[in-house]
Amino acid sequence: MPGDTLLPPVIDEDGTPFWEYAARGELRIQACAAPGCGELRFPPRPCCPHCRSFDAEWRAMSGRGRIWSYVVPHPPLLDAYAAVAPYNAVLVELADAPRIRLAGHVVAAPDAPLDSVDPARLRIGAPVRIAFTEQAGLTVPRWLLRERA
Amino acid sequence: MAGTLKDATAIVGIGQTPFARRLPEPEKTLACRAVLDALADAGIDPSEVDAFASYTMEATDEVEIAKSIGAGDVTFFSKVGYGGGGSCATVAHLAAAVATGQANVGVAWRSRKRGSGPRPWTDTAVQLPTPAQWTRPFGLLRPADEIGILARRYMHEYGATRDHFFNVALACRNRANQNPAAVMHERPLTREMYMTARWISEPLCLFDNCLETDGALACVIVSAERARDCRSRPVYIHSAAQGLPAQHHGMVNYWTDDPLTGPAWTAARQLWKQADFGPHDVDVAQIYDAFTPLIPLSLEGYGFCARGEGAAFTEGGALETGGRLPLNTSGGGLSEAYVHGFNLITEGVKQLRGSSTAQVPGAATCLVTAGEGVPTSAILLRS
Repeated sequence: MPGDTLLPPVIDEDGTPFWEYAARGELRIQACAAPGCGELRFPPRPCCPHCRSFDAEWRAMSGRGRIWSYVVPHPPLLDAYAAVAPYNAVLVELADAPRIRLAGHVVAAPDAPLDSVDPARLRIGAPVRIAFTEQAGLTVPRWLLRERA
Repeated sequence: MAGTLKDATAIVGIGQTPFARRLPEPEKTLACRAVLDALADAGIDPSEVDAFASYTMEATDEVEIAKSIGAGDVTFFSKVGYGGGGSCATVAHLAAAVATGQANVGVAWRSRKRGSGPRPWTDTAVQLPTPAQWTRPFGLLRPADEIGILARRYMHEYGATRDHFFNVALACRNRANQNPAAVMHERPLTREMYMTARWISEPLCLFDNCLETDGALACVIVSAERARDCRSRPVYIHSAAQGLPAQHHGMVNYWTDDPLTGPAWTAARQLWKQADFGPHDVDVAQIYDAFTPLIPLSLEGYGFCARGEGAAFTEGGALETGGRLPLNTSGGGLSEAYVHGFNLITEGVKQLRGSSTAQVPGAATCLVTAGEGVPTSAILLRS
């Protein structure tokens, strides 16, 4: 299969702030800035589906969450992913916003490869925290397992 | 309400090419063969066709089909999006067009060389659609990965097991073994084969995934009045619906309150609201099966059982011939052919004509659904 590098995130106009904050090591999620609303929304979009305001802000998140679900993909895959398969792809439910679930990878360290954690260590509900790494010149989120509090 | 779609139109012709991993002819040729086969089945001259409907992913457009088969003036044409979610909507759009006098003879079709052609997810040059830009770069590359996420969560929440998914795969394979046209004809499946099969995306194995097939199918829709003069027994379009739920995100439906209630639930509410009968009156079902977990999710969505009971519903041979709800009686996408669900429509017609290779005795009502997990559609057929 083609694709000798991991796919770079596509940065569109609505999502640009997410990646600008990520470059500073911050996880921020778009929220309505209208008085009395303030609903978070993801993926980013032009207006609030609750109150229809076009005023938005980017609210800081704690970076903590839990694994909502995950898969362990095996080939056939794009080459860059096949090279580290089987790897994990998780969906993390944010502690601050349970309906917002970010796709990512659980890794042993921020810069570790996608297959650096044994999939047998993953569980739905497992607590994780965000970390950031560089991928082809862009800062992207990864997830680290954290001990249960 | 000004008018009703209920039983106002009928499917009077069905056509198909052979199904195989690789067919030598191009998609356009296969499309023309399926369309002409369906018109011959109906006994309608191609020059009478004045309406077309297909999928946005269909490579052959209506201009090419119309001029190739020698259609006359065409006054209605429509394309439905979201891959396999559009299958039943092609029929629904033509039914609405015919019922409202916009056209008289409608043809819906799908031709696809997905067996020998490229897998869509390998095209890294295309701009990712809005939701996928937040998932695909993180290794959820393929539909199997995207649905695998929902499947594992479903197993976690409701105690569904791989044996439940196997029940689905087995029912489809058993029906394919009765169907000489099925790609998996004479290739029985065992639990041992299933449980030791290679993974595609854990928790989904090879047999949880549909086939990759070359093939084409078509059907012909006319008014109920016209249908009485056609060559074959009419199969009436009793109810039809599309479904795009509030705050739905497509196949990566991960940012809603409840990702496990998908478009099926929306389509079902509209479908049953218009119908004279309910889920328990359905004799046979053709439910979109790109992946086995879509069946328990759809059984819940279309009201055959309660929330969380879809997996348990598959137990005890419920989906087999003679069971509570005989399923995908041609073998479906898992074991007959994967042509974006169009073979589920034609099999529904065969059941109500009494000509299926796995005929449910006396079948008079059939539910056909399109792809669950994406904006979807469904039709209720009756004889």
